[in-house]
Amino acid sequence: MTKIFKASPSLPPPVNSVGPVAWIRQNLVSTPFNTALTLISLYILYLLVPPVISWAIINATWDGESKADCTAGGACWAFIRVRFDQFMYGRYPLEEYWRINLGCILLIVLIGMYAIKVVNKTILTTFILIAYPVIAYLLFAGGLLGLEQVETELWGGLFLTVLLGIIGIIASFPLGVLLALGRRSNMPIVKSVCIIFIETIRAVPLITILFMASVMIPLFLPDGLNFNKMLRVLIGITLFSAAYMAEVIRGGLQAIPKGQYEAADAMGLTYWQSMLLVILPQALKLVIPGIVNTFIALFKDTTLVYIVGMFDLLGMIQLASHSPKWLGTTIEGYAFSGFLYWIICFSMSRYSMTVERKLETGHKRN
Amino acid sequence: MFVGYYLFSNLQANLDKQGIATGFGFLNQPAGFPILIHLIEYTEANTYGRAFVVALINTFVISLLGIVLATIIGVIMGLARLSNNWLIARLATVYVETLRNIPLLLQMFFWYFAVLSALPGPKNSIIFGDFLMNNRGIYSPNPQFQNGFGFVVFGFFVGVAAAIALIVWAKRRQTRTGIWFPAYWASLGTIVAITFLSLVLSGFPVEFDLPELGRFNIVGGMVLTPEFVAVLIALSTYTSSFIAEIVRAGIQSVNWGQTEASRSLGLPDGLTQRLIVLPQALRVIIPPLTSQFLNLAKNSSLGAAIAYPELVSVVMGTTSGQTGQSIETIGLCMLVYGSLSLTISLFMNWYNKKMSLTER
Repeated sequence: MTKIFKASPSLPPPVNSVGPVAWIRQNLVSTPFNTALTLISLYILYLLVPPVISWAIINATWDGESKADCTAGGACWAFIRVRFDQFMYGRYPLEEYWRINLGCILLIVLIGMYAIKVVNKTILTTFILIAYPVIAYLLFAGGLLGLEQVETELWGGLFLTVLLGIIGIIASFPLGVLLALGRRSNMPIVKSVCIIFIETIRAVPLITILFMASVMIPLFLPDGLNFNKMLRVLIGITLFSAAYMAEVIRGGLQAIPKGQYEAADAMGLTYWQSMLLVILPQALKLVIPGIVNTFIALFKDTTLVYIVGMFDLLGMIQLASHSPKWLGTTIEGYAFSGFLYWIICFSMSRYSMTVERKLETGHKRN
Repeated sequence: MFVGYYLFSNLQANLDKQGIATGFGFLNQPAGFPILIHLIEYTEANTYGRAFVVALINTFVISLLGIVLATIIGVIMGLARLSNNWLIARLATVYVETLRNIPLLLQMFFWYFAVLSALPGPKNSIIFGDFLMNNRGIYSPNPQFQNGFGFVVFGFFVGVAAAIALIVWAKRRQTRTGIWFPAYWASLGTIVAITFLSLVLSGFPVEFDLPELGRFNIVGGMVLTPEFVAVLIALSTYTSSFIAEIVRAGIQSVNWGQTEASRSLGLPDGLTQRLIVLPQALRVIIPPLTSQFLNLAKNSSLGAAIAYPELVSVVMGTTSGQTGQSIETIGLCMLVYGSLSLTISLFMNWYNKKMSLTER
């Protein structure tokens, strides 16, 4: 009768070393100091979270015609519902909202075409960068083809914010590349002009640039010639972020080993060929996070146009929450607009992380 | 050249048409507008030049306080994001991601219009001991310095001198004998002790003017206006979220091997952080930190939007509006911000050099 050895099943690990208990022990109460921190944070959460929830959800009022209808003591979301269109479109005429919607849908469809790959990428990009802006301008401003003219003064809300952001981003990028190349150029005049431009702009706040754009540009123009405020502000924003963009891109250019420049020269490429085909693709890839950060900063900075008298999203919120009917709804307005800004900026930063990972071609060890 | 001449001739034609004289002569004319917050004597009868100086001081004060506060909060939040404590790390992440993705102007409006304006009126002020809070500002006791306070100031400087001497002595002794002395804590104690001693010796030459509820408003005390508080809170919290990320990245950039090596040498955790990790992290931290300080100084110009009387609002707003000297005022502002930026970056470059790696 041989006895067959049978291993008994292994015991489960001690309760303290796996599962939620171990996690709590390791992450929340590992030392007395840590325990104290945990208790303090829990207390802070206890102080903050329940009141906020009861304000924003439980005691909130969702329907109403004025602040007086909000009697529950919580948030007055009725304010956002009633004024929603104005926050989105500014003072654009009600009957013409479809033009903005159409423009947005067109842009989304065009961008969506990248994904389904029916049209050649180059043609599509050219179309978006050259034809689309013309179409969009005609659509938004009107005055042709039987469309009623809408002054740019009336543009506002999220529409204006996004418009300023997108145009600023698209225009400042090539300008930034040119400035960065100019700063590293061998031609002394080009180089010093670029350095002076970049350093002057970076030394002053955006608000001075905007004031300058809205006050000083008219002074330098001959009688009769005057372009509208929105264009002037756009020029200001674009020049401002181009200077920052230039510095980010210069960082990328400096990080490219000298051998790459020499190799491109040895191949007989001209300056522009070597830049466009060899240097810039590598340099730009290196500084994607910096470029996106500049874009995010530009998008947040568009709020400053309110100071020179344009009504972007924040401007409309200010206007609406200080109107007699809705006095005392500032927190709701700021919460709503803050949430929108947050979503846009946060997704931009996440997107840059994704792109960075996708373009990673393995110079880093994992 | 031709374009420049063309633009310049347009400029002259436009200025002539509007009857605006060029030059900085306007700085000597009486300003005729009040400035609510002024740290030096200022009335409506003073000149534009004086108003400019008042605004300049306001900008400096808010930038300096903002930089100090933002650095303190930022370092704490940066360390909190690296904490072993899961809850603390998450809370710090929420703080950073919320604040840095919302425009500064919005945050400033939030503090000013939604929080500080919503405080009760002077009649129902919120009271903490000798401090009062209402929608007209935060009132605190105002120290009144009596005769003999000079002695206390003298005592303070003696304390500082003694502390420096102590640090030098401790350092020399440590290099000579290797015996360690807690010089920084001891020097702090020296300053406090000597200042306190001189206070006692001179018989407390300070009286506090306490804020009290008057019939219509608060009487006495020192007031921080809501504009100032809103700009300060918004600037320092917003910038602190960026500083927190810089601090976190700096500390994470130090190789883990350094910490292990330091532990294997037997250094306790506190000293490892202070002597090994921090000096190396600082080299990564300082350059981006400099640009955050510059950003903060430039962002203080947003105070113009909530009527904090800083440079842009006084000079480019009111002065330019009253005199029409837009080119001169914009030039002045650019000059000030330019030199402010230059000063901060020179100082930080010096500090960076001091901290940087001495390579052979």
